[in-house]
Amino acid sequence: MSDLPALLVVLPILGALVSLLAGVRFDRSGWYVAAATLSVQVAGAVAFAADGLSGAPGSYAVGDFTIPYGIELLVDGLSATMVVLVAVVALGVLAYARRAGPRSNQFYSTYLLLVTGLTGMSITGDAFNMYVFLEITGLTAYALVASGEGGRSAVAGLKYLLVGTFGASLYLLGVGYAYVATGTLNMADLSTELAAVGYASPLVRASFAFVVVGLFVKVAMFPLHTWQPEAYAGSPDSVSALIASLVSTVSAYALVRIVLTVFTPEFLDAVPFARPLLAATAAVSIVVGSGLAVAQTEIKRMLAYSSVSQFGLVVAALSVTNATALVGLTVHLVGHAVMKGGLFLAAGLVATGVGGRSVADFDGLGSRMPAAAAAFGVLTLGMVGVPPAIGFFGKWYIVVGTLEAGAWGLAVVILLSTLLTLAYFARLLERMFFREAPAAAETGSADAAVADGGEGRDAGGHSSADRGVSLGMVAVVVAAALLAVGLGAAVPAYESALAPTVEVLLS
Amino acid sequence: MIDVLVDRAYFVVAFLLLGIGAHMVIGDRNLVKKVIGMNVFQSGIFLFLIASAYVTGASAPLLSEPGPYVSPLPHVLILTAIVVGVSLTAVALGLIVRIYGEYGTLRADVVTEVNDGE
Repeated sequence: MSDLPALLVVLPILGALVSLLAGVRFDRSGWYVAAATLSVQVAGAVAFAADGLSGAPGSYAVGDFTIPYGIELLVDGLSATMVVLVAVVALGVLAYARRAGPRSNQFYSTYLLLVTGLTGMSITGDAFNMYVFLEITGLTAYALVASGEGGRSAVAGLKYLLVGTFGASLYLLGVGYAYVATGTLNMADLSTELAAVGYASPLVRASFAFVVVGLFVKVAMFPLHTWQPEAYAGSPDSVSALIASLVSTVSAYALVRIVLTVFTPEFLDAVPFARPLLAATAAVSIVVGSGLAVAQTEIKRMLAYSSVSQFGLVVAALSVTNATALVGLTVHLVGHAVMKGGLFLAAGLVATGVGGRSVADFDGLGSRMPAAAAAFGVLTLGMVGVPPAIGFFGKWYIVVGTLEAGAWGLAVVILLSTLLTLAYFARLLERMFFREAPAAAETGSADAAVADGGEGRDAGGHSSADRGVSLGMVAVVVAAALLAVGLGAAVPAYESALAPTVEVLLS
Repeated sequence: MIDVLVDRAYFVVAFLLLGIGAHMVIGDRNLVKKVIGMNVFQSGIFLFLIASAYVTGASAPLLSEPGPYVSPLPHVLILTAIVVGVSLTAVALGLIVRIYGEYGTLRADVVTEVNDGE
């Protein structure tokens, strides 16, 4: 096998360096370097996916060190999906950020480092290596959240940093426990060694608890989600879209990987607290996340709480561990990333065009910004789970999976959550398409933006007046909406391509 | 249970550090002290993992004497984790400098009040 897996991780680091160095000589070169790097990254990711989805899972030894001692990179359907998702979404958001986002060379450099961290997390087969990439992702995400102007984004970044470090440290502690119990850090090796030590060992059980709770912080499950609304609402639009669609998604992937590859489904069967821990957290997150989302008046906060609920679905699917639920989980991760990223970008579009970020600012949007409103509408329907969109397939597979496992309670909670999702999105649809625009909208918009705390938007240091909505920004949002619908058609083919991976994960 | 704890006193010390660190992060109003608490919390984990690699009477694997060796891997891992911790502290302090510039205070409650008041 070629060195492609390692190159995928290294390429964005090189891009980040080039972006910084070129920035010394050429003032406005950062975006072009980042765009070129990410285009190559997308091509590489697609080639990688062709390997990963074409048959039995494989692996790559970094630096040719013998596998249990050296670092292993995993080539399978799940890692391939995540690598492609990261590359494509990062490129899309970058296209949006050209006009909208912070524009310094340091920003683009940090942006590429975040892509490195995410790709590394998606691909690594080593539990400690996962921690390192988790922290790279974290560090760059904290810096990006704080990249907006004004104190609010710095406060959000610091809060994110404190909570995120807490989660990553717990993960490290859990990995340390597993290492003390087994003497290895390779994931495949860990799974056999942990079974040999015995699942009754307190060390092994404590390890599971620490790792899972640590990753719950990163995924933003209910009681541990408090960093998320601040971070999403306080950061510039392009950053909140990128972080909302990728960081939690890849953390959820890490959780799936650790639970299925390291601890294996047998562990879940053998340890009485394991499955209830996952299922109960999932159920609470689904219900409370949706409930809090209904209560929000600021769009970005509402979308943030909606993520808490959507990732509850992912953890619910993980807790039942069968093939159907696992396919649903991956489809839902991809769908959520595309749709939530698109929604954040659309919210940014609306804020730039209309000048406000609260629910009330959506009044009559259908006539004022038809393209943005249409894309927003399609994306919300996709999130609710209306059939042709990918959001439907993810939920459908997860519900069928929970029913196959006999987890009736979870299935009811998931169906209930769909109604709650409708509750917080339907009011936006109603305002966009069935209400008149307020008469004062044209003249009063700038004042309204200042009054309702829209500082987060002024990330690039410009007011909405001299920035405006560019065609590229609209195109990215519309593309996200089309992708959300179009991906639905690819689900059956994807399911069969994923089958060998699922079989290995569940065996 | 008690004899395990007496036998491995570092368990107790490490979790004491974890508790102190977590309490500082959550309870202290001063932002710099929160960051110090974060460092104490991480140090608790670092010390726990390093101490768990210790074997009584063992030597470093570099020396070619026969006999038990201390596993060097946890030390290497924790070295990496310390580097990560230093970077985190640097980013956190950089953010605090910006917050101080914007709000003129280091107190978390005052910052929250100003933010909510806007």
